[in-house]
Amino acid sequence: MNVRLYVWQRATAAVMVPLIAVHLAVIFYATRNGLTAVDILGRTRGSMAWGLFYSAFVVAAAIHASIGVRTILIEWSPLRAGSAGIFATLFGSLLLALGLLAVAAVVLP
Amino acid sequence: MMRARLRHRRHLLWNAALVHRLSGLALAIFLPLHFLALGLALQGAARLDGFLRWTDSWIVKFLEGGLVFLLTVHLLGGLRLLMIENLAWRGGQRQLAAVAAGISAVIAFVFLVRAL
Repeated sequence: MNVRLYVWQRATAAVMVPLIAVHLAVIFYATRNGLTAVDILGRTRGSMAWGLFYSAFVVAAAIHASIGVRTILIEWSPLRAGSAGIFATLFGSLLLALGLLAVAAVVLP
Repeated sequence: MMRARLRHRRHLLWNAALVHRLSGLALAIFLPLHFLALGLALQGAARLDGFLRWTDSWIVKFLEGGLVFLLTVHLLGGLRLLMIENLAWRGGQRQLAAVAAGISAVIAFVFLVRAL
């Protein structure tokens, strides 16, 4: 991993520490009486705060995960750095697109 | 000779690094599915509700408990790494790694008890 990727991975990790802690709290709160779409969407629909929170989470997770996947592919698979980088970029882009779509699905009124 | 080469794998911190990597990999594989499930809300609340009813089984609850463990152990393992890399060195890393795994197991267990 080069220095630029190292810094990005650690920076996104640091950003995600409080985000994951809040997300875990939300998981416990949301599942206290079982999950229903009405409960979930009632909390998130039209909420700018949850929209910003989960959008930041998705962006950080997509960057963090794709760099991690690249490292694992280079160390544990026969792929060379170039191919691993292409796969990781595609994977990160997929995460970003699906993640932002999911945020839009639960936040937009 | 082989045994000597693999001796480091018995070290708790080597296993902590492995758990951190495998939990991250598992979460990376899970994330697209999680996003696709939430994206069902685009087709209406009823579509999302249909999926949530499907997940209302003890097998899925166990899997969800596993995901809570993976997320927590990756969070705490990552926090330990960030502390090692950015703060002054402190001893007791094996104990910290063990505590991180223990806390993650307790949190996942509490989740399961509440969910089942």
